[in-house]
Amino acid sequence: MYGPGVGIVSRGFRGRGRGDDSGRLPPGQYLTDDFPVLSAGPTPHTPIDEWSFTISGGTEPVTWSWTEFRALPSETVTKDIHCVTKWSKFDTDWAGVSVDTLLEHVDYDRAYAVAYSDGGYTTNLPIEDLTGGKAWVAFGYDGEPLEPEHGGPARLLVPHLYFWKSAKWVRGLRLLDEDEPGFWETNGYHNYGDPWREQRYWGD
Amino acid sequence: MARTAVLGRLTWLVAAVTDTVTETPRVRTLILDVPALAGHRAGQHVDVRLTSEDGYQAERSYSIASAPGQPLALTVERLDDGEVSPYLVDDVVPGDKFELRGPIGGYFVWEPDGATEPIFLVAGGSGIVPLMAMLRQRRDAGSTVPAKLLYSSRTIEDVIYRDELQHIGADVVQTLTRAQPPGWQGYARRVDIQLLRDVAFPPEDNPRVFVCGPTSFVEAVAEGLVALGHRPGQIRTERFGGT
Repeated sequence: MYGPGVGIVSRGFRGRGRGDDSGRLPPGQYLTDDFPVLSAGPTPHTPIDEWSFTISGGTEPVTWSWTEFRALPSETVTKDIHCVTKWSKFDTDWAGVSVDTLLEHVDYDRAYAVAYSDGGYTTNLPIEDLTGGKAWVAFGYDGEPLEPEHGGPARLLVPHLYFWKSAKWVRGLRLLDEDEPGFWETNGYHNYGDPWREQRYWGD
Repeated sequence: MARTAVLGRLTWLVAAVTDTVTETPRVRTLILDVPALAGHRAGQHVDVRLTSEDGYQAERSYSIASAPGQPLALTVERLDDGEVSPYLVDDVVPGDKFELRGPIGGYFVWEPDGATEPIFLVAGGSGIVPLMAMLRQRRDAGSTVPAKLLYSSRTIEDVIYRDELQHIGADVVQTLTRAQPPGWQGYARRVDIQLLRDVAFPPEDNPRVFVCGPTSFVEAVAEGLVALGHRPGQIRTERFGGT
């Protein structure tokens, strides 16, 4: 009744339910009100006046300074987010620039993207998953500027995939013809990361 | 859903509890027999899945405490508002079974083979667990790589692996942040930049640094080390969050 798996019964384990029966919680996840942090190294602190965002891989690279980026039309969105470490958080409020808006300025014919960040982090996504109102470069959370430990000044937000795809401290996208696995994707984690298919690790 | 074994696929395996060790009032180690589990690297974790009689399942991740080649040991801290950890810490007895899969994680790992850089390990609370796997492997392998552990606990009763740490063969420096026993020789405050300056290998030695603990602890330690001149790329972090 709770989904797939051979599931040998653990003697005496009852659990307390997943904290949700609305159908919004993907398999293997539990609901939290916290906003836990997951990152592989120290938090980078890039001053706003040194920050820029670049999309390369089109006919020519396009770069926005922070001021130019913030002058672009932005949106506020409310999304459920799902971390591969099992927590999910419902109704998180973000402010950001849609990746659709950014790509309007880029002349490209590519199928894949790698997002890259301060600190050297990378993650790969099909461009299909970044377009059509599915992804943002977020600069605000809960009505406030995005805090550094949660990826500020700006992070990618791709809420329909596990949250490691929503690269913190993002500085640009490289558009590519071929898929190029990123940091966690070359360290045992799934290449695509759909929480609804529980694509956590290689081979899931 | 039928699942076929594919190369590299992490299938769910049955783990049988063979022994338990009470480490502190809140922390217990489970020794497990998992016949088909692939070898792990120190620092990796596994996913545990518990299933209730009505088919409800809960999954959580736990760091591996044992050195590669030794029987699999998981050390679990009870989170009072947790769902899985109270069961693993308080209820499980030898002979019980649950599922797990892994090992998982290819970044927060250390291997003694070919390692020359000193390792500086910084643990907050149960963040000691994956670092203990590294220290145990270093000891078992007879590695001569210089190693230093800075371990922050609340009180002496909260120190996990208290006896074993005395003969782990590394330089162990402890701080107790909340209360100290009479005659305590270690530090008695939260890890700050001055404490890191005192204890860490100097940046010129280019130590490889592993930091594990609660988010605020990891943030403070990692930022402090960067401020002292350690290269961010040499600092690997693992944070505990959620339940």
